[in-house]
Amino acid sequence: MGGISSCFLLLVVLLIAADVAFTSVADFREVLSKPEIRASIRLTLLSCSVSAILSLLVAIPLGYLLSRFRFRGHFLIDTLVDIPIVLPPLVLGLSLLILFHLPIGRSGWELEAWLSNDVGFPVTYRWPAVVLAQFIVACAFAVRTMGVTFDQINPRAEDVARTLGCTRMQAFLHVALPQSGRGMIAALTIAWARSLGEFGPILVFAGATRMRTEVLSTSVFLEMSVGDLNSAVAVSLLMVAIAMAVLFALRALGTGRGQRGPLNGDLHR
Amino acid sequence: MIRLDNVSIRAGNFELSNISILIPKGQYAVLMGKTGCGKTSILETICGLRQTSAGSVWVQDVDVTHYAPGDRQIGYVPQDVALFPTFNVSEHLEFGLKLRRATPHQIKQRRDETAEMLGITHLLARGVTGLSGGEAQRVALGRALAVEPSVLLLDEPLSALDDDTRDEMIDLLQSIKVITGMTTLHVTHSGHEADRLADLRYQLDDSVIQSPPSSSQASQSHVSQSHVSQSLRSSKVPAKSCN
Repeated sequence: MGGISSCFLLLVVLLIAADVAFTSVADFREVLSKPEIRASIRLTLLSCSVSAILSLLVAIPLGYLLSRFRFRGHFLIDTLVDIPIVLPPLVLGLSLLILFHLPIGRSGWELEAWLSNDVGFPVTYRWPAVVLAQFIVACAFAVRTMGVTFDQINPRAEDVARTLGCTRMQAFLHVALPQSGRGMIAALTIAWARSLGEFGPILVFAGATRMRTEVLSTSVFLEMSVGDLNSAVAVSLLMVAIAMAVLFALRALGTGRGQRGPLNGDLHR
Repeated sequence: MIRLDNVSIRAGNFELSNISILIPKGQYAVLMGKTGCGKTSILETICGLRQTSAGSVWVQDVDVTHYAPGDRQIGYVPQDVALFPTFNVSEHLEFGLKLRRATPHQIKQRRDETAEMLGITHLLARGVTGLSGGEAQRVALGRALAVEPSVLLLDEPLSALDDDTRDEMIDLLQSIKVITGMTTLHVTHSGHEADRLADLRYQLDDSVIQSPPSSSQASQSHVSQSHVSQSLRSSKVPAKSCN
């Protein structure tokens, strides 16, 4: 058991060590001096954070619904949640592109044209497309994590809360949600990490326009495509460093956080 | 008073049908029966946590069949006590009162009264994760009693306690019975608990709720009808006493 586990861990360490051995401090300096890469880092951090938060906001109610209730269509919804996980990334990006540009009806109404012309919020090949492409996959993982979290919370406590006068919503907010803190941190972490690693759907749906839709995963692709392997590896290591810093911070938040809920004493507000 | 009139309960393949029982006001009733025969389902139905497929549920002369659980004025202590891990003991006692929008003064007064009655005043500031079995049971009882419910439902409340703690809790339940005079339905497997606590004893078996002749009060009870039928659609349970 230990030997097999060690092999895996060794492989991960060797992958990173090989990247470190391949690159140099000068490569890092050069990469960080490029305004494109700095913009890419900014967009990566922002888009990953926004998609992770959006994922959590969707995952909490959906995970709770799937965990606590059995209803007609439960199986269908449960399966739908997994589709972004099992679909090939390029197919997901292509599907998003088609969804936003499919003419509907005789008038040829298009979602993207409507968003762009009427709402003033164009999506395709812009930063919202990056967030949406990250969100669609990250959210599926977050829903699964929150579902498992609520599965592990005793529903009987919510039943008791209802006998004390809570509605279902109050029982969820006052009893179940405060217990799910660690699960929320886990869901946020996994959603953020998935968003960081997303590439295929972003490339297809948002493109890889420098300074506009370039995130670190596409930076690696762009640097490789122009034959600058040193920069590509340096950007890759930058991603590893950012990922580790964020994951460590989130995990520290998860383990350091107390178990007490936010609401006690606030029922009158 | 708790009354079930021809209540039917369905959950998957399990079904209880035509349950009728009357527990008069102020009586302490003990319901016994083997595991899985539907005792908890009956309690959940009275609480409103499980819907009836037929019949009506009455609490204190009010038909509460279609009431939300929180509107039935019922105190419920489940078998696993189900304390709220993010609340401390004080917050457990205050929770139902806050939901009922009691004033801070009323909340404090009622909390302190309940804690004193249950002997948990010294625990008020503590979290619930480190409580002993007996302490957790007292907190769960306090949470249910703090809101001064009309009736109290106890689902095998003493099953996980050692003998000494169980005897202490039985003494406590007896004193609560005397102090509050609350109509109580207590589900248990223990004949000892029934002997010590019951004004009325019922036993749920495959087809009926029976009041054994050994229960002296039962023979004098106002039970006009106490009949439970249970059928399992998928499998028949042998017709034996459930104790």
